Amino acid sequence: MSGHNEQARHIVGPGVYLVILFALLLGTALTVWASYVDLGLWNPVIALAIATTKAVLVVLFFMHVWYSTKLTKLTILAGIFMFLVLISMTLTDYISRAWGQW
Amino acid sequence: MSEHTIVSLPDQATARIPKDNYITRENGLLSWLLTSDHKRIAILYLISITFFFFIGGALAGLIRLELLTPQTDLMATDTYNKVFTMHGVIMIFFFLVPSVPATLGNFFIPMMIGAKDLALPKINLLSWYLYMAGGLLALYTMAIGGVDTGWTFTTPLSTHYVNTNVLTTGLAVFIAGFSSILTGLNFIVTIHKMRAPGMTWFRLPLFIWSHYAASILMVLGTPVLAIAIVLIALERTIGIGVFDPTKGGDPLLFQHLFWFYSHPAVYIMILPGMGVISEVISNFSRKRVFGYTAVAFSSVAIAVFGFFVWAHHMFIMGISNYAVLIFSLLSMLVAVPSAIKIFNWSLTLYKGSITFETPLLYAFGFMGLFTIGGMTGVFLGSSGTDIHLTETYFIVAHFHFVMVGGMLMAFLSGIHFWWPKMTGRMYPEKISQLAAVVTFIGFVLTFFPQFILGMLGMPRRYASYPPEFQILNVFSTAGATILGVGYLLPVLYLVWSLRYGAIAGDNPWQATGLEWQTQSPPLTENFTEMPVMDHEAYDYEWLEEQQKKEARSAG
Amino acid sequence: MQDSPTKSASAAHDEHPAYLRHHFSSAEQQADAAGFAMWLFLLTEVMFFGGLFTAYLIYRNWYYPAFVSGSHQLSVVWGTTNTVVLIISSFTMAMGVWCAQTGRRRGLVLSLALTFFLGLSFLGIKTIEYREKIEKHHVPGFHYSLQSFLDPQSNPEVYAEYHDKPLAPDMARHTELYFSLYFLMTGMHALHMIIGIGILGFMILRARAGAYTAGHETFVLNFGLYWHFIDIVWIYLFALLYLISRH
Repeated sequence: MSGHNEQARHIVGPGVYLVILFALLLGTALTVWASYVDLGLWNPVIALAIATTKAVLVVLFFMHVWYSTKLTKLTILAGIFMFLVLISMTLTDYISRAWGQW
Repeated sequence: MSEHTIVSLPDQATARIPKDNYITRENGLLSWLLTSDHKRIAILYLISITFFFFIGGALAGLIRLELLTPQTDLMATDTYNKVFTMHGVIMIFFFLVPSVPATLGNFFIPMMIGAKDLALPKINLLSWYLYMAGGLLALYTMAIGGVDTGWTFTTPLSTHYVNTNVLTTGLAVFIAGFSSILTGLNFIVTIHKMRAPGMTWFRLPLFIWSHYAASILMVLGTPVLAIAIVLIALERTIGIGVFDPTKGGDPLLFQHLFWFYSHPAVYIMILPGMGVISEVISNFSRKRVFGYTAVAFSSVAIAVFGFFVWAHHMFIMGISNYAVLIFSLLSMLVAVPSAIKIFNWSLTLYKGSITFETPLLYAFGFMGLFTIGGMTGVFLGSSGTDIHLTETYFIVAHFHFVMVGGMLMAFLSGIHFWWPKMTGRMYPEKISQLAAVVTFIGFVLTFFPQFILGMLGMPRRYASYPPEFQILNVFSTAGATILGVGYLLPVLYLVWSLRYGAIAGDNPWQATGLEWQTQSPPLTENFTEMPVMDHEAYDYEWLEEQQKKEARSAG
Repeated sequence: MQDSPTKSASAAHDEHPAYLRHHFSSAEQQADAAGFAMWLFLLTEVMFFGGLFTAYLIYRNWYYPAFVSGSHQLSVVWGTTNTVVLIISSFTMAMGVWCAQTGRRRGLVLSLALTFFLGLSFLGIKTIEYREKIEKHHVPGFHYSLQSFLDPQSNPEVYAEYHDKPLAPDMARHTELYFSLYFLMTGMHALHMIIGIGILGFMILRARAGAYTAGHETFVLNFGLYWHFIDIVWIYLFALLYLISRH
């Protein structure tokens, strides 16, 4: 009643933030190291996987989504979904052009 | 026709416009230009979009004049290209996209959900200023020579082959896009967070559901148009190469990004109109909308599926056949929710107590013309037929049927329906019914021949054509003249009604929405106390109870 | 719209704090709506950058050797440093939010100031990188030079690390696409950083005056969301632009 909103209701402390900070720094080191190793087709997969893990940590804990309402989580998922639709459905054209007429 | 009508006006001898309302609360130009009242902003939008509509309409008149004869005798081909481009840009971005949402949506979304304003009133005002900035820039572009690429800015024409004002037009559209994004954002937040107590999702008027769906499209689709315009600008100025085959770029990439927005854009344009139709049909059949849940979910389904079909605008452009297959299949699916709505509206009318006031006449026009337009859309979604019909007048006819026969009629329906609430005055019924009929006749005469022209093979965006097509073009131009009269009449009599119209009272239509349970015109704060929603939407029994209660307490 | 006169002044103030806008029925509703609006705005940003990511994925797939050679021209040291800088700035921003929520005015000002300086450092490093690109004529549209790719040994430091093979002339031309996307994506990102830093400056002044530590921390919270989003974009840009293939 006195001005605390849904995000403030969950006050995330410095402890959580520090853990996430170190996880992110670790992920950075990992991804740089991985780019120097020849893993063939897996290089971009691993790079994106690490980047996505870092992003998820930022979203969940720095941006408090772990503690947020269903609406917030759904909104984010909708955005990610649309982003993926844009990329993947555009790629259906580019990937299949080389397949020939039929 | 019987004199049966549901219009219930107060005793004109003693009725007065309420002294305190959103129009009289504050005076002076600045109180309008710096307002945060959603109703005033809606009126600002109403005036500006009407202005842009007539500019776009004048351009349409020029097009039809030129096409009276097979030769390019009225204007040079280059000029003709500029005329149809600006007609498209202005009509789509500065009339159709904001039409219902920015006027009726802005005015009535807060009232329908029982709120005092939108969630972000200052952002709402910013939306209008962005719209005006974009619009004025578009006019300026016309003055300095216009652009001739077509409203679709197809690459590589727009990036490498024309020396017209692509950049300024692109900037105008970019700015208007942000106006649209902010409006959509505002609506979504408002609908989620500011509903009155008891106003659950399934008690909302279907007008709200439609605007919610359209707002999702605005928020998620428009930014992609923005980046497409940025890329065009950089390609034209610096030559970054993203759309340049000589540098390894692909012109089709622009089209993918452009149509990723522009297909959902057509649903941004039509969904709010469908919301209006739901309200009007319910009110003038005195029945709740048949299959409320189906209509509500079909709005959201249209929004979601609308994102999956954009490449049906690119079937002949060079995308792979497999992509053609996928997008054609998905396009068949997206027609289904729209059809569901038509069925539900028809079943609402069935066994209803129908009266033929102007809003319903426009709604009938919508149902017939949108059905034809929508069905021809399915013909175009099927890639086999599309190969022959695309880039012909069939396409032109298709989208004018859905946009003008559909959306514009819905807009006029809504304006007439809510005019008494917004202004406190009734419009003159007889002349407005005449205007509706004239519009319908003019419309069919203008655009039906274009279906035939398209099937016969007349290409679109051409100033000249083979002489055997002339007779149909003459019909079309004749129809356009009639259509112009049909659109001019409402402007004239609606302005007239502001001074001389009958005083409407709170609820001349005996409608059920929350907005009708307050004074006309409304107070700035909409409600004197927060309403509590204790009944379902379109509950005419509840309304009868209210009226009995008022009669008892008055007597 | 006035409170009933029988309520005490402080209770009335609790129900209608100064920052509560009149169209909201409670401060909670107002803060809720503001946060939700911010998330929706971030969705529009995701779609805006989405167009660029689409372009990137297509052209990387088509011209992989050019993209590899192009990315070797970027400094992994600067890129990693910038990534670390931004991650730490996200941490300091999150700490700022905590300070605002727990009423720590001085802590908030410190956190915001640190975030501000880290943001400036990021831009400083980007300036160094951009300058290097300009000097080497790797800016599309501005005397773009293919020499580094037709003759990798003309770039001794890069060649010593990666021993790139010379590219065929048409593939070498496609490196211009890589750099177009590089400047577009990092430039758009930097533009968002500049705007963010500007707002941070404003926030530091307001924070010093105690604006955010008296129960109304919505602005700091929502700006934090924006700042973290920019961090996330960079996390992906770093992986996609700098780390294509360094072996």
